[in-house]
Amino acid sequence: MHDLAALIEPHIPALRRYAWALLRDDQAADDLVQDCLERALARWHLRRRDGNLRAWLFAILHNRFISDRRRDARRGVQLPLDGEIGGPAAADAEAGVARRDLLEGLALLPPEQREVVLLVGVEDLSYDEAARVLGIPIGTVMSRLSRGREKLRRYIEGERPAMLRRVK
Amino acid sequence: MTGPIGDDDIQAAVDGRIDGARRALVEEYLAKNPEAAQRLESLAAQRAALRERLAAKADAPIPSRLRVVNILATRAARRRAALLRIAAALLLVVAGGGGGWVLRGLIPGSGAPEMTREAIAAHRVFVVERRHPVEVASNEEAHLVQWLSNRLGRKLTAPDLAAEGWRLMGGRLLPAETGPAAQLMYEDGAGQRMTVYLRPGDGRAGAEFRYAEAHGVGAFWWAEDGLGYAVSGPADRSRLLRAAQAIHAQIAQR
Repeated sequence: MHDLAALIEPHIPALRRYAWALLRDDQAADDLVQDCLERALARWHLRRRDGNLRAWLFAILHNRFISDRRRDARRGVQLPLDGEIGGPAAADAEAGVARRDLLEGLALLPPEQREVVLLVGVEDLSYDEAARVLGIPIGTVMSRLSRGREKLRRYIEGERPAMLRRVK
Repeated sequence: MTGPIGDDDIQAAVDGRIDGARRALVEEYLAKNPEAAQRLESLAAQRAALRERLAAKADAPIPSRLRVVNILATRAARRRAALLRIAAALLLVVAGGGGGWVLRGLIPGSGAPEMTREAIAAHRVFVVERRHPVEVASNEEAHLVQWLSNRLGRKLTAPDLAAEGWRLMGGRLLPAETGPAAQLMYEDGAGQRMTVYLRPGDGRAGAEFRYAEAHGVGAFWWAEDGLGYAVSGPADRSRLLRAAQAIHAQIAQR
């Protein structure tokens, strides 16, 4: 039991950061992480012993994120992706416009680009790990990364190009 | 890797994931293309800013509900509860084979037998009451129905069973496994009593009437409109069935 905690818990801060950056809502992010951890513990025996635990956990989180989005879409839930800024970000609004714009821009990216930008740029996953986490070819990782970062750059530099779609 | 510089190289340079030989090529390319160099610088700054902005999220202490030991403990408790339910159902089936006191018609897991047990238990407790058989008497029927409707979270009516020889005495609120439940009590001319037990949340139990008997009390139970119903009384099957059918017909007309 304590072995499990010692293996998994070092990854929880990164999982929470990733979940928060995807959802920008503390409660929803921790719900997602809890869901991910419950599944990881239920399937612990299924994981590859020599496998990459961090990538495995991120893959579970990604799958939960995707299926939650599908469920919400089916139920017609309004996804809180646009315009809203969480508490800490709102506090930063006074302090630095550039930083606020960055998170706002991130939220405006299509989720599949947001995921790649975060996994590679913030969570330091290799391109190969990101490809396995997301279940896509590495070439797709590279093109989503490139497009996502380019959109963010234009956004931060003051453009509000039509290509920034508000809704996925 | 050889060939002209591509966007993959730029991204790899942003992420510091570019190897020696390729790095030299990229640097050469950037030296000749100030616009590309500026773009790379901007992407690298964006990457650093994003990390900085999100760093606090990873520094926050792990909340208790995300602790592995706590998640494991919750899982273990859930599993124990599930095992207990299975064990209880098995025990009842076994005991039902040996003694006659367990409900007949028990279907493990359907939820309705639990309701029927509650209904029969409540029936046995309250029909023997002389002074306080009901909490609210039928002379305040409108208040009774309104109160129970509020507590059960749905609009109820008190079935009129006068044609079957049952007069409404009143009713009471009861605690059930699933939350609040209601009991309505009826009496016939001979002073025999019958109760109708209503419990929300048994909608999937099935609409057909089923009969169960315990401790000399008979009960017909069924579900409709998201409510479970149990009509309990002296173990006179045909008379209870008539009452159950009358209630069902009144619900259908509502």
